[in-house]
Amino acid sequence: MAELNTDGGGGGKGGKVRSKKQNSKVDLTAMVDLAFLLITFFMLTTTLSKPQSMSLGLPDKEDDPNKNVDIKVDENRTMTLLLGADNKLIRYVGLLATPVAGGAPKDFSYGKDGIRKELIARNKMVLEYSAAKGKPKDGIIVIIKPSKKSTYKNVVDILDEMAIVGVGVSGSYAIVNDFTPEETKLLDGK
Amino acid sequence: MAKIKMKKKSTSTDMTAMCDVAFLLLTFFILTATAKIPEALPVDTPSSTVQTKMPETDLATLTVGKGKVFFDLKGREVRVRTLELMGEKYGVTFTDEDKKMFSLMEGFGVPISNLKQIIEMKSADRSKAGQPGVPMDSLDNQLKEWIYNARIANIEVNDKELQIAIKGDAKEEYPAIRKVMDICQDQKINSFSLVTGLRSKDF
Repeated sequence: MAELNTDGGGGGKGGKVRSKKQNSKVDLTAMVDLAFLLITFFMLTTTLSKPQSMSLGLPDKEDDPNKNVDIKVDENRTMTLLLGADNKLIRYVGLLATPVAGGAPKDFSYGKDGIRKELIARNKMVLEYSAAKGKPKDGIIVIIKPSKKSTYKNVVDILDEMAIVGVGVSGSYAIVNDFTPEETKLLDGK
Repeated sequence: MAKIKMKKKSTSTDMTAMCDVAFLLLTFFILTATAKIPEALPVDTPSSTVQTKMPETDLATLTVGKGKVFFDLKGREVRVRTLELMGEKYGVTFTDEDKKMFSLMEGFGVPISNLKQIIEMKSADRSKAGQPGVPMDSLDNQLKEWIYNARIANIEVNDKELQIAIKGDAKEEYPAIRKVMDICQDQKINSFSLVTGLRSKDF
């Protein structure tokens, strides 16, 4: 301990003034408090300042249209999400002209009470449907169509839903930028 | 009667060792902490629940906000090499001093002809300079060249493929983001990291 010998020179004889024994102990409590506060601050800021990221893989873009091979998918497994202006979200299941039962175009909200419930329910239905057909590994296929007026936040929100529901595990999802005239009408109307 | 004298116990503990440890840790955290560089284009990133950390090296960040695109690159040597390649391509010469400053500065968003002015500014002035964004229209696609040359520089210096991170503003319209992605996809970059904040699953 940092203690100085404040004893005045030992056994001096008479005439010497005895210096008073002073306590040289310093109270370190406040200093330790401060040090730990700063440690906490630096610990938290170093780990929190690292931004999180979400990885997104897009399919290879092929400029030559002849090389694009169309793959036919079962329309019972597809669900299309149209993202519009002002956080508008429309989903339909199957084909737009002939949607499957209960899959007609309908508005949904973002978040756990909106589209997530629908996604979980549909994902389950598709897995049951595929199991009945003898291909239990075929999950839902979600087609995300962000319109020109949708924001980046909408896209990230939907990609986040895909991660939460686990669409990428059993099925797949894709961002598609082509809109059919009917779909544009659907987003603009109502 | 003999009084039993209670021994007076000292209530103060020896704090020295604790203090030593605390300051040792404090020094460690201060030294390892990286100073936060002020962003040239402040954006409000959307949140997601996905928790993937961003890579520390081999990363180019494209910040998209208010219709502008800013370019940022990690690694000093990669930055210097990228600047040299871009200088050769556009016929702009940069001095060694410029290169050094460029390797230390944050992201920028100016055409290459104005880059020298931005480099010469003080870092406090850069954010106030009102940078117009890196040009990326079809006539003068400098963003494409920046990405392309940064990839070459990263392979030369680090022998690794450059990762692309897109940091978009939450309110930015999707076509602006798509345009940036299209530029990357033209170079066969198909995987991106979208920079997001963190949130819980109950939103």
